[in-house]
This record gives sequence, C-alpha cells and structure tokens, in this order.
Amino acid sequence: VSVVVLVEHESGSPDELSLQALALARDLGSPLHALVVGAAVTELGAYGVETVHVAEDDRLSTYAPAAWAACLDQLIDRVQPTAVVAAGTNRGNEVLGHLAARRDLPFAANCIAVGSDGTVTRVRWGGSLLEEARIDSDLKLLSVAPHMVEAAAVNGGSASVETLDPAVDEADLVVRVVEHAETPSAGISLAEAKVVVSGGRGVGSADGFGMLEELAGLLNAAVGCSRVVTMAGWRPHTDQVGQTGTKVAPDLYIACGISGATQHIAGCKGAKKILAINSDAEAPILSSADYAVIGDLAEVVPAITAELRKAQSS
Amino acid sequence: MRILVCVKRVPLTGGKMVLTADEQALETRHLGFTISPHEECGVEEAVRIVEDQGGEVSVLTLGPAEAEEQIRDSLANGADRGVHLVTDGEEWDPQATAAAIVETVRAEESAGGGFDLIVFGNESADAGNYQVGIRVAYALGRPIATGLKGLSVADRRARCEQEVPGGRDIYELPLPAVVSVLEGINLPRYPSVPAKLRARSKPVESSTPERPAPKLERLRLVVPPGQGKQAEILGNGADAAPAVVEMMRDIGVAG
Repeated sequence: VSVVVLVEHESGSPDELSLQALALARDLGSPLHALVVGAAVTELGAYGVETVHVAEDDRLSTYAPAAWAACLDQLIDRVQPTAVVAAGTNRGNEVLGHLAARRDLPFAANCIAVGSDGTVTRVRWGGSLLEEARIDSDLKLLSVAPHMVEAAAVNGGSASVETLDPAVDEADLVVRVVEHAETPSAGISLAEAKVVVSGGRGVGSADGFGMLEELAGLLNAAVGCSRVVTMAGWRPHTDQVGQTGTKVAPDLYIACGISGATQHIAGCKGAKKILAINSDAEAPILSSADYAVIGDLAEVVPAITAELRKAQSS
Repeated sequence: MRILVCVKRVPLTGGKMVLTADEQALETRHLGFTISPHEECGVEEAVRIVEDQGGEVSVLTLGPAEAEEQIRDSLANGADRGVHLVTDGEEWDPQATAAAIVETVRAEESAGGGFDLIVFGNESADAGNYQVGIRVAYALGRPIATGLKGLSVADRRARCEQEVPGGRDIYELPLPAVVSVLEGINLPRYPSVPAKLRARSKPVESSTPERPAPKLERLRLVVPPGQGKQAEILGNGADAAPAVVEMMRDIGVAG
C-alpha cells in the first residue's frame, strides 16, 4: 500500500511543511514515494522516503499547478498508491485540488491526523474547530495542516532516485507563473517578527496606532491589527493578523484592545506567549492569553513604553 | 463583461466555538451571519470591473433559504442579480457543491450568454476545503488561478497576482476564466441606504437542487483543546507597566 507525497523545496532543500506532511503520510502506509518538481531532493531517506521521483522538464521551470497535478497523476499510474499527500500550503492545496478535479476524487484539505479506520481529522475555521471526516474513495487525497504535525526523521536509509518524464500537455501550461515581481521589504515582517504589537477596535482610530508603533520600535517588533481595523481602513490588509490575514508565531504577541474573535485567534495562536491589554476583564481574548493587563490602553501602552525606555537605558 | 461570483453564508463566530448537542454543527442561535470574507472581496472585485468596463455581475449561493440575506447584501454592494440554490441547511461536500454550480452555470450560459469570469473565494471561512473553484474550472474546461491579491482584466486576458514570499507571482489567463481571490485584494464598500433599498427589487432566481451523498463525509465536529485558558493578570492600568517589562525580560524580548 504505497503512499505518494508531493515534496516542495527551495533549490533542492525540502520545505519544513513538506517534512511535516511526510510524518503524517507514514501513518497511511509504506513504501513512501516522493514527487519533487525541478530538482532532486536527496535527503528524504531520513524521513522514510523509499523512492524520490524527480520531474525535470524545461516547461516546469516556473510553477504551473495543472502540470504539477499531471505529474502526480502519472505517478499514481506508476506506483498505484492508496493515498496522495501534500503540505497544506497554497501550492499543496492547489495542486491536490487540481488532481482531485482531474480524477473526480474527494480531497480532504488540512488534515492533522489519520485514524486506523481511514477517517481523518481536519481543521475548519483556520484551526478554531476540528472535523472528523470519512473520505469515500480507495485513493485518498489529503493535505496536512501547517505546524500541526511534528516533522521527524526516522531510521531510514538513503532514498533511491528515479526520473519522471512528465507527460505534460499544453493545456496544463496555460496557467503558469509568467513573471515574478519583487516587493521591496519594508521593515520587520509580521510573519517573522519575534514580537508583534497588535491593535484592535479599542485603539479607536488610525492615529491611535502611533503609540503602538512607538512601543514596537523599542521591541524591534512588527505592528499588526485585527480584521475590524483593516475593514475600517485604519491599517492596510498586509498588517492584518487572523484567519484571513497573516498567521504569526512570535515569542510575544501583544493584543491591544482586541476582543479575541476566533477569526483573530486563528492568526495569533502560534505565539509562544500572548499579552492582552484590554479594558474589559471579561473579553474573550483573556481565555486565549497568558498574561493580561486590565485598563485603558491609551494609559497602559505609553506607561509600558516609558518603563521599557527606562529599563533599556539603565 | 459578464461575471459570476459564488458566495457562501457563514456564521459570525464571535469569541468561542459552541457546538450543537449532536456535534454536527455550530450552535448558531445567538450568532449573526455574513458572507465568507474572501468572497465578500470577490463581489467587490467583480463590481469594480463592471463599473469600469460595463456588463453585469451575477451572484450565486448554495445555501438555506436565509442565505438570500447574503445575496441581498451583494446586490446592495453593486451586484445586479442573484441565483439562489436553496438547500435544507445541511452542508454539501465540495464535489457536490461544484457539480451544482457547474449545472447552474451551464443553464445560465445557454440562456443568457457565457460568463467571461467566474469568481470564488480561495476557501470558505467555515469548511476551508480549498477546491470548489478548481473543480468548477475543470468541469467547464477553463483556466483557474487561485489565491489572488491582484486582478486586472483587459484585451480578453486576466492578469492575476499572487502574494508569495518576497513579492508577487503573476499569471496571465485567457478569458473565459475562473479565479479565486483572497481578502485584501480590495477593501469592500459599505452599502448606502439607497443601495440597500434598490437591492430589494433586484431579481433573485431560486431553485432547489437535490443533495447527493457526500464523498467527503463529516462524522462529527470537535472543539480543539486549549480554548478556555485563564490569563495571569499582571495588573490594572498604568501601574502594571513594571510587571509587564519584568515579564518581557523573563521571556527574553525586552530588547
């Protein structure tokens, strides 16, 4: 009962999220076959992969979701797997969506576990709710939700490498990346910041973010916000933390005047610690936070900034 | 330009997930409902294209009778007409949803002409299946680009922009095409009172398709552990500042 895993990589080095997908795939059966597009990824033996199938073709030099799905389609015919797995990334979910459409098969996105009876547990609401589901198909397609399964090396040898000559036709290449535009980086990125100072409705206005910016400056932090704030036009959507914004994983997340809707928590629950500053001691954010200060953030935030300045200069 | 936007009615979940006793659904008695956020931006994007280039925006939803509210909201925000596939409230799996949409698109196109663009949200806020738009595109034999943060249409081509680390990936699709968009591609307008009134008299056609057996079958819902932590109160008001800075030092982020 072989299992095929789509492994994404950066110049031959496998993505962490694909290694997590391999960990879940091992629960589905063996041997494991990996598909990599573009370049050989050789270190996959340590993650339980027996054979790496490398699809190399000039036409695959830029990402084309249908062409990637065509490669998986071809590999299914070759190794007759019982499951095809990918990381629950933009591309992983997209390619499995294409494969599901090509073969008219069900596809369970963002799974975190598989049961011995073939049921899966998958995330809903960006992780605020779980669903146990049955995939009614002999060949199961599933993606693995990011950061919910631990990537782990096993006592594997080295994987053998085989070439997959992609049977890609022109229709599979209609949708492909034709251009990449670099965006100049503007300061500390939200997704990678060690500290995020984030504001919600309680900040009151676009100008109110000035005091959050000041605190963030002292902490080398990025400034984030809730959905209410972007919908009001106070901050750009690129600053939004949440299910439909950026998912962050800092050491400390400071939630200022944020009530704590599930849509927001889905974006910040990856933080190691959450400090809530809120005037309402009953706000839902307090049941997701590690620390809280109850009070008017227009007084609390400048006081923390002043205290920090004092501490940093001493 | 004829554009079809597919939207889904979802609950506004607030601060906590509470399930019904049979663990099959969220308890929504005390909740409001909205259009799933990515799709709300899909409606706005379609309306802007048609305002610029002329044409018509149709909005389609598969959902219970109450989902007419989300169609009317879309009409208030500038869409021209609604198509409502009325369900009994039971959830449809992605394959069944896509099949019902495809059937409706075919009927609509043979009656009123082809859609140049069909717009989806990248994934629904609740089920998050990431696939209905792709299935519809394949069934209709049209190209699809997903996860878009930028879209412009000119000369029968759609220029599609995806945010990726460090920049944007660009795709060029010939029309007719299917796209799925993300929140942030635009900032949806708030409807004016006259627009809300006008929406009441715009046409909404409804039909009642039969729900096939699901291939991705929900067995039960589970609230994940971790909901209901108790925060340690560091203090009240400005007096809490020293305790906050001490905590920052303890966890090594005080700079």
